[in-house]
Amino acid sequence: MNLAYRDVRHHLGRFLLTCVGLGLLLGVVLAMIGIYRGIVVEALTIVQKQAADVWVVESGTLGPFAEASRIPGDTREAVARLAGVTAAGGVTYQTAETEVGGRKFRLYVIGYELGRPGGPAAVTEGRPLARSHYELIADRRSGLRLGDRVTLGRNTFSVVGMTEDLVASGGDPVVFMTLLDSQRLQFDLAPPAARIQIARGAGGATTDTVNAVIARLTPNANAEAVANSVRRWKHLSAMTQAEQESILTRSVVDRARRQIGLFTTILLAVSAVIIALIIYTMTMEKLKQIATLKLIGAPDRTIVGMIVQQALALGAVGFCSGALLIAAIKDYFPRRVVLEPDNVLMLGGIVFAVCIVSSGLGVRAALRVDPAAALGG
Amino acid sequence: MAKLEQVGSAVPLVRASGISKHFGEGDTRVDALVNVSIEVFPGQVVALLGPSGSGKSTLLNVIGCILDPSEGKLELDGDLVYDNRWLRSDLRRLRLDKIGFIFQFHNLLPFLDAKDNVALVLQLAGADSRSARVRAVELLDYLEVGNRKDSLPSKLSGGEAQRVAIARALANKPRIILADEPTAALDSVRAGIVMDLLRKLAAEQDAAVIAVTHDDKIFDRFDHMYHLRDGRLDGNGGA
Repeated sequence: MNLAYRDVRHHLGRFLLTCVGLGLLLGVVLAMIGIYRGIVVEALTIVQKQAADVWVVESGTLGPFAEASRIPGDTREAVARLAGVTAAGGVTYQTAETEVGGRKFRLYVIGYELGRPGGPAAVTEGRPLARSHYELIADRRSGLRLGDRVTLGRNTFSVVGMTEDLVASGGDPVVFMTLLDSQRLQFDLAPPAARIQIARGAGGATTDTVNAVIARLTPNANAEAVANSVRRWKHLSAMTQAEQESILTRSVVDRARRQIGLFTTILLAVSAVIIALIIYTMTMEKLKQIATLKLIGAPDRTIVGMIVQQALALGAVGFCSGALLIAAIKDYFPRRVVLEPDNVLMLGGIVFAVCIVSSGLGVRAALRVDPAAALGG
Repeated sequence: MAKLEQVGSAVPLVRASGISKHFGEGDTRVDALVNVSIEVFPGQVVALLGPSGSGKSTLLNVIGCILDPSEGKLELDGDLVYDNRWLRSDLRRLRLDKIGFIFQFHNLLPFLDAKDNVALVLQLAGADSRSARVRAVELLDYLEVGNRKDSLPSKLSGGEAQRVAIARALANKPRIILADEPTAALDSVRAGIVMDLLRKLAAEQDAAVIAVTHDDKIFDRFDHMYHLRDGRLDGNGGA
């Protein structure tokens, strides 16, 4: 006869309500883990989707994502001539805000050279950019649709293609345009400012500037050797794809990781305290029954088993309901929530351990119950 | 373990000799029992009477092996179990095998139905689930509450619940039944029925029943009454 099961069944409504409460709390913990994973995934998405082998940036910077980087546009030709490089392309990155149909859109604009590295890996709807000007490929998360007309800077662009799940580390959805358009968007001045610059004698400055040059290598080329070749040009720096991902994870995501990690730890501690309190309260409510069980000859293991099983059932049902809840609503979060099986299993393990430890408080109270407490009123 | 010498034709099921129990030391010392000796023979139904704080419940707890006496000897069913220290290491098993408890408020587990409240004790003693339930239903039928075997305690009347509690106390066929105010929560009719039932059980199962009670309506159901006052026996009463 399983006393834990029978007791739970007797108070099923209250038990389930407690589980739902705990589930919501554990759901928040899972969501925080998912949000963190999402930040990492989003931060690396652009870098990984652009499939670069070597990133060439301004000397002394960790650009183009962790730090600002500006290099001449013709750097691409010099890089393309290096041994082992099969293709190179200049790229720009910038954030822009616009309004379409009364809705505000914040976009991460990537400019690239048609036919060279730096563009979208796949266009899931519509077509790739075909004209040199005024066309956009937008990510579906932006809320833009094929055929939308978007004003950026002083020009209006048509959305001709769509991508999936391409967002910047800040969560802004990505749009692609040609390098020329992006350079004009980034560097062209408004007419009054341009007039002042011309009056100062600085009006002829070139706008052929890019934030980075992406290089792809032959399969047997050594990325580190190519990067070293680039570094010999004193005005340039270079990093391999692995180094770029490491910088992004360390520099861009690190603070968010620590912030969310600390918050998740606090939530886990709160969950542990709540689980312990629930189990302790459940035990305290049963002290007379526990005293009766002891008096009629129930061994301690029967009583301990009842408490521990209920604690584990509480944790299991709470965890599963929290996980199901987050799985059901994760796509409604404004930023991506990534639930990896290993993260879910890890939290499950932590909840299991917390339940075992937390039940210790209840077990201690139960074992101290005097059987004589069953006698009398 | 020492074996008792027979007294007359029967061995007392309970023999408490010179039992004392005090709580605290020095100025705070309270003598709950002072040199109390009682004997209860098979088939006897005896009462422990006395005002609050007289030591009735303390004596019941000592006999039930749930409270250590300060000194004295305790023999249960012919076995010396306490002689200034417990001589049995497993008092839980001793209680399970030899003693049945009946409480003032039935103390049935609220999440088990009547049948399983009784079967639980049998299972704790090692019976398998099926045979425990069969025996539980037999006991409930014997106590005329078999028709409520599937009811939870909350659905039973006070008298029915107390009968189920008695069935639970009898499940392992204990020879000693300790009852703490068994009729306190019942009206006089039901109190009489419960006491008659205990008398019948004592006679049929050759068991001893020791009941703490204040209920003067049932005094005539006892074979013997021990009066306690300030922890001391106040002379022997009679049925």
